[in-house]
Amino acid sequence: MKFINYLEKISGISIYPLISLLVFFLFFGLLLLFVLRTKKHHFREVEQLPLDKN
Amino acid sequence: MTKETFSYDNKIVKWFAYATMLWGGVGMLVGLLAAFQLVFPVLNLDLAQTTFGRVRPLHTNAVIFAFVGNGIFMGVYYSLQRLCKARMFSDLLSKIHFWGWQLIIVLAALTLLSGFTTGKEYAELEWPIDILITLIWVVFGWNMFGTIIKRRERHLYVAIWFYIATFVTVAVLHIVNSFELPYSWIKSYSYYAGVQDALVQWWYGHNAVAFFLTTPYLGLMYYFMPKAAERPVYSYRLSIIHFWALIFLYIWAGPHHLLYTSLPDWAQSLGVVFSVMLIAPSWGGMINGLLTLRGVWDKVREDAVLKFMVVAVTAYGMSTFEGPMLSFKNVNAIAHFTDWIVAHVHIGALGWNGFLTFGILYWLIPRMFKTNLHSKSLANTHFWLGTLGMLLYAIPLYWAGFTQSLMWKEFTLDGTLKYQFLETVVHLKPFYLLRSIGGTLYLAGFLVMIYNLIKTIKSGNFVANEEAEAAPLDKEYVSEHKEHWHRWIERKPVQMLVLSLVVILIGGIVEFVPTFLIQSNVPTISSVKPYTPLELQGRDIYVREGCYTCHSQMVRPFRSETARYGEYSKAGEHVYDHPFQWGSKRTGPDLAREGTQKLKKSNAWHFNHFYDPTSISPGSIMPRYPWLFENDLDIDITEAKIKAMQTLGVPYEAGYEKVANDDLKKQADEIVADLQKNDIKAVPQKEIIALIAYLQRLGTDISAEPKK
Repeated sequence: MKFINYLEKISGISIYPLISLLVFFLFFGLLLLFVLRTKKHHFREVEQLPLDKN
Repeated sequence: MTKETFSYDNKIVKWFAYATMLWGGVGMLVGLLAAFQLVFPVLNLDLAQTTFGRVRPLHTNAVIFAFVGNGIFMGVYYSLQRLCKARMFSDLLSKIHFWGWQLIIVLAALTLLSGFTTGKEYAELEWPIDILITLIWVVFGWNMFGTIIKRRERHLYVAIWFYIATFVTVAVLHIVNSFELPYSWIKSYSYYAGVQDALVQWWYGHNAVAFFLTTPYLGLMYYFMPKAAERPVYSYRLSIIHFWALIFLYIWAGPHHLLYTSLPDWAQSLGVVFSVMLIAPSWGGMINGLLTLRGVWDKVREDAVLKFMVVAVTAYGMSTFEGPMLSFKNVNAIAHFTDWIVAHVHIGALGWNGFLTFGILYWLIPRMFKTNLHSKSLANTHFWLGTLGMLLYAIPLYWAGFTQSLMWKEFTLDGTLKYQFLETVVHLKPFYLLRSIGGTLYLAGFLVMIYNLIKTIKSGNFVANEEAEAAPLDKEYVSEHKEHWHRWIERKPVQMLVLSLVVILIGGIVEFVPTFLIQSNVPTISSVKPYTPLELQGRDIYVREGCYTCHSQMVRPFRSETARYGEYSKAGEHVYDHPFQWGSKRTGPDLAREGTQKLKKSNAWHFNHFYDPTSISPGSIMPRYPWLFENDLDIDITEAKIKAMQTLGVPYEAGYEKVANDDLKKQADEIVADLQKNDIKAVPQKEIIALIAYLQRLGTDISAEPKK
């Protein structure tokens, strides 16, 4: 049940942060692309949702 | 398509609103007591249940989970129904959620004041309550997703994304940080120890701020601010970026609570980088909120609801600017452990959470009761009392924080420390008094609101079921044109949940895995040994009395700290600390090296000091602990405690649990014999003896390390 230090070393651990950084930028790249390419009328529609009297 | 008629459940919203008002008052009142105790220690009343170390966790838990918690549910239950054009999934689940949450709050208050605490900030509740929280949280999620699934509006408005992310992340945080091994029907030890415990705890602690105090309230902002201003959010585009960037970045930032500690350097640096990046989405959100008011700023002059909201969003902006600044190591070196941090969190709590809640209450109550607010001028009075209270609270504490830090770090020309720790404490008392007056003003404003809302409620007629109508969704969704991937997520709640989960898990895993698995991250020190049974019992008393609320156990590697306390703290020194007790505030001095030659006090000193701190340290604001001299130590539980520690990997010999009490009694007798030499007649069975044993042990292990 002891939780600490099962392994001395994980080989190639240094790649982890790099991968996560890549994931981060990829995700945001795609997100930015979507946000910029989406037509204004879509946002016009959905931003009215809280104000909808129904 | 024919429209369906249905009704919104306002009753559950009303209940949560009442609970928000009730617990808000309780939480603030308890906070005020704690604030005044720091100026007038006599207000600790010499009772265990009313002493600062137990009162302060009650204050933080009450404000976070009772006041803000009920505020979240109030806002979510109101807005979710409207945004989904559907009644809540199940009235029964709503009721279970409401009463379950109130039960948790009552149990929390009773157990915290009785001294049942895990000793981990904002996660102090013990294991049976942790299980109850998990169950009630699942009920909330079930009810929320049930509602989303039967909705009559295809698109999930951005507020709902924030609610979903809140649900999933709080679940993950709560479960991971609450891993604990019970050794009695109510008490447990943290599953993690030392550095790992600290990392998990502050990953939790920071994200409790992020996903309990921030994301759900951002959801509320995105719903209620457009409502109050009667115009849509400034930029829906920006809100999409805001959402994803915020939840992705927040989860990494926890280690900034542990700068200059024994946490491995790479983890500290990761925390800093992500904390600094956080300013972008946070300010994106703030700007989006404030610019929603473009063109209607004249309304802000008239409308108390908007006034509260504007100050709330501004306070959010201030806090989220200050947060990244505090994460810089050089700023953190000044601010950490001081009152600066207390001021910082109160800008968030009083300004962002408090004022947004008040704004929503002023908007919501008249609408649900089909009437007008009883008095606009009282609402304005509340606004000014609250704003002034906040300023009077925060400014003295910022000043105190700087003063404290500078005094700690000041050296004379001879190269010795200029101030005794106690001198710094005495110097701060006027600031603490001003802060308490600020808090009193804020609470007074709150009470004005309660009066105003009660009057409003009495003058109106409550609409328990608000009629509405909307067309159901088509079974099959056919997109008009080729659909973008994010549009697909926007109308799929489960995908939203899974993607949010993935996004928040990335940061946690990257930080945790290496710290848990790679030995070089926690170098072992051969001379560090498990606590003796008496010391272990003493440590549990230390935790029970909430000593960590005022004392740190972490000497940072600064000249000013090593000169005051001795050798800086090492990761390997804490490997048997379940839970870690590094603390986050130094109202009193650091205790990590309390037992070492440099700082060592006699047993008699500790004995007298616990009985009446001011008799030894005039001007001290530490409470008295008379009950420790009356209560017998529970030694029947020693066996269970040692066994639990063995299970957690602490290397007590097999079978030691059976004979542990022999060692315990022997050590207690030795301390009593030593006290006798100073003409103090003590009884070895009392709790105070165990606590003294623990304090005398602190920090001594590495002194025993063989010199190389």
